[in-house]
Amino acid sequence: MTTEASPRGVGFDRDRITHLLADYGVYAAIVVLVAVNTALAPHFLSVDNLRVQLFQAVPVLLVALGMALVIGTEGIDLSVGAVIALASALIPLYLGYGPWPAIGMAVLGGIASGLVGGSLVAFARVQPIVATLALMIGLRGFAVILNGATAKPVNDPTILALGLQSWLGLPAMAWLAAVAVAFVAFLVRRTTFGRQLTAIGDNRPASALAGLPVRRVLLTVYLISGVLAAFAGVLIVGHGGYADPANYGLDYELAAITAVVVGGTPLSGGKVRVLGTAAGALFMQLIEATLIQHNVKSSYEQMVEAVIIVAAVYAARGRAAR
Amino acid sequence: MSKRFPGVHALREVDFELRAGEVHALVGENGAGKSTLIKVATGVYRPDSGELRYLGQPASFARPLDAQLAGISTIYQEVNLIPLMSVARNLFLNREPRRFGLVDGARMRREATEILRDYGVGVNVTRPLRSLGLGAQQMVAIARAVQIDARVVVMDEPTSSLEQREVETLFEVVDRLRSAGIGIVYVSHRLDELYRICDRVTVLRDGRVVQVSAMADVDRLELVSLMLGRNAADVRRHGTTAFGTQHAAREGADATPVLRAQGLSARHRIHDVSLQVHRGEVVGLGGLLGAGRSETAKAVVGALHTESGTVEVAGTPVRRNSTPAAIRAGAVMLPEDRKSEGIIPNLSVRENIVLAALPRISRAGLVDRAKQDEIVRYFIDRLRIRASSPEQKVSELSGGNQQKVMLARWLCLNPKVLLLDEPTRGIDVGAKAEVQGVIDELAADGLAVVLISSDLEELIEGSDRVVVLKDGVQVGELTGADVTEPALLAALAAAPSAAPGQAPAQPERPPPAPEAGA
Repeated sequence: MTTEASPRGVGFDRDRITHLLADYGVYAAIVVLVAVNTALAPHFLSVDNLRVQLFQAVPVLLVALGMALVIGTEGIDLSVGAVIALASALIPLYLGYGPWPAIGMAVLGGIASGLVGGSLVAFARVQPIVATLALMIGLRGFAVILNGATAKPVNDPTILALGLQSWLGLPAMAWLAAVAVAFVAFLVRRTTFGRQLTAIGDNRPASALAGLPVRRVLLTVYLISGVLAAFAGVLIVGHGGYADPANYGLDYELAAITAVVVGGTPLSGGKVRVLGTAAGALFMQLIEATLIQHNVKSSYEQMVEAVIIVAAVYAARGRAAR
Repeated sequence: MSKRFPGVHALREVDFELRAGEVHALVGENGAGKSTLIKVATGVYRPDSGELRYLGQPASFARPLDAQLAGISTIYQEVNLIPLMSVARNLFLNREPRRFGLVDGARMRREATEILRDYGVGVNVTRPLRSLGLGAQQMVAIARAVQIDARVVVMDEPTSSLEQREVETLFEVVDRLRSAGIGIVYVSHRLDELYRICDRVTVLRDGRVVQVSAMADVDRLELVSLMLGRNAADVRRHGTTAFGTQHAAREGADATPVLRAQGLSARHRIHDVSLQVHRGEVVGLGGLLGAGRSETAKAVVGALHTESGTVEVAGTPVRRNSTPAAIRAGAVMLPEDRKSEGIIPNLSVRENIVLAALPRISRAGLVDRAKQDEIVRYFIDRLRIRASSPEQKVSELSGGNQQKVMLARWLCLNPKVLLLDEPTRGIDVGAKAEVQGVIDELAADGLAVVLISSDLEELIEGSDRVVVLKDGVQVGELTGADVTEPALLAALAAAPSAAPGQAPAQPERPPPAPEAGA
């Protein structure tokens, strides 16, 4: 009976506020940040500036979407940064066959990485953090070997267009990201795969006993994460005009985890907030931009980010404690 | 000692009094307010009005820890210890014997061994707690509670995971506590136990006290009818379980059994167990804790890795060691541990019900919400699941309603064989009767049912046939008029012990996997 289960009465209001914060805090924070910035510097809302922000945020956003799915199964994918490096190494290698085969190979690299990581987790039952840590180290080495130590220029107009061009006033990559967000949100909410993913993250033994295809779902989740990271890699190459596996994608896994957490997805699995994740990625980018704009040193900026992460986890914890 | 707190949401003007040196039974259906009352007394909740008096003084506990420090210990249904720490560490957690500011490990181990021997637990105290059987774990929890100089010990269904021998030890401990002047609140659904050890009883219903009396002054039927709010004569007519006598609808013995399991073996767990169940038949699995009953059920549905054996459903062989294959073939199991193996706590009642059926009621991998709602509505009505809405989180439901959700999850698959592992454990009397009634109906509709229950009455009255297991080996079978309690006990007593070379005495349930730990 509900009457027995709900300790209503004491501290109810505070509970409610923490819930609201955890659920909608990111969106509110974005609004506040935009308002403050506009007040301080009117040109903040200019189309140019917004485009710059989007160019920066989109790759992290893509990676974070995959990360959110993995975290939803109570896992984690540390290999995403290295997959970006791998994708960037594969592009100049296969560019001779034309831009689309090169992009295809980059995505194939993401698929392969996801298959390896997912198999380790799903079949060999290696802990996700260990499996993907190994991949993270190994793949970057492999990417640098493929490419050589120096960055290679990429001049292909198709790939550059993906990274630089704008459609209807917004960067092409922002449109792609919007499609990805819609796709992942649909996946989580409306497909059997998404619901099974959530159930497995919430209670894996029970899901297995209910006959859910646990291993298949886990494998698929890492695969999707790999593919999205590879796409992010392609966009980064297009935006930068270089393939630089030694430096691309560094710390992206951490940025992605931050976006997921700030977006209100609990690390304990069983819940995926797709829009929250997208907002989390945008929010972290806005914070960075704001601080840079006001000439705050990047070391201070990192400290501010740390505070935000702790605050987000604290708000989420309030909900989980129920 | 007296505790008063009228007016809490789930409690209306409840007076409850516990005297030093008495064992006081607290009974009622789930939702009657037992848990709330306990939580108020132990500082988890605070009463909205009324007062709590402890040792004659008004008391107010802001946190559970305050209540503990004051001498009120609680032993919850689920063992509340740290699985990976050693037994000794768990026993002395937070009050380790110290020397030079460091934990005195040798002394801790020595004392732990001595204390536990008193409770009939002879184990190596350096082993991690989770390597112990559930019963032994519970004993450690009780020993721990008593060690912290408790004046009041609250036991919430302490025997639900104990086997008979351990129950006896527990009763001895309770007796000892009583003579030491400690007040004990004893919550249980098992009438035998209440009459055996309790001095007084308080019956709660719908948040109100309906009876306070000496245990001896109220007979069983009266007690049950008080809890249910039903007429005693009515209960007498229908018996204390809701089972009809025979399911009968059994086809000729030569017909193909719906379930035929042969020679199931899993190392250290079960050895060469065979099982046949016909249409409309309820076959009970009898045996003590650790006899391999749950393991047999899990082996049938492919959730326990078997080295040999075959399972056929309606004459078609089922791939071994695959739960999805067993479910596709129509064999489904209601697991014993509802919390860790059954419900998906953060999902809604609706999503928990349709979980296993998702692929069947979806088109091209897209969920069909309308179809889901239709199924969910049907089962909420049919099983009388009490939830505020289908979208309520399943973890907010009472145990009995969670169990009905689990039943609905399987029934919406239209199974041929239903294996029920302790279907009524830890749920209140009313829900218990309802679940038993559903089992009866299902069998009458032609479903083949395998029933595991440590409630002998339920097993005997619910089953048409009982297969008796001991130490993972099949040792007997009761049929027809032989399905009686004395016959079952005789079969258990007379059964030869397992052949050497096998290792029995495994816990009925494997230790929880690390990932399942909370």
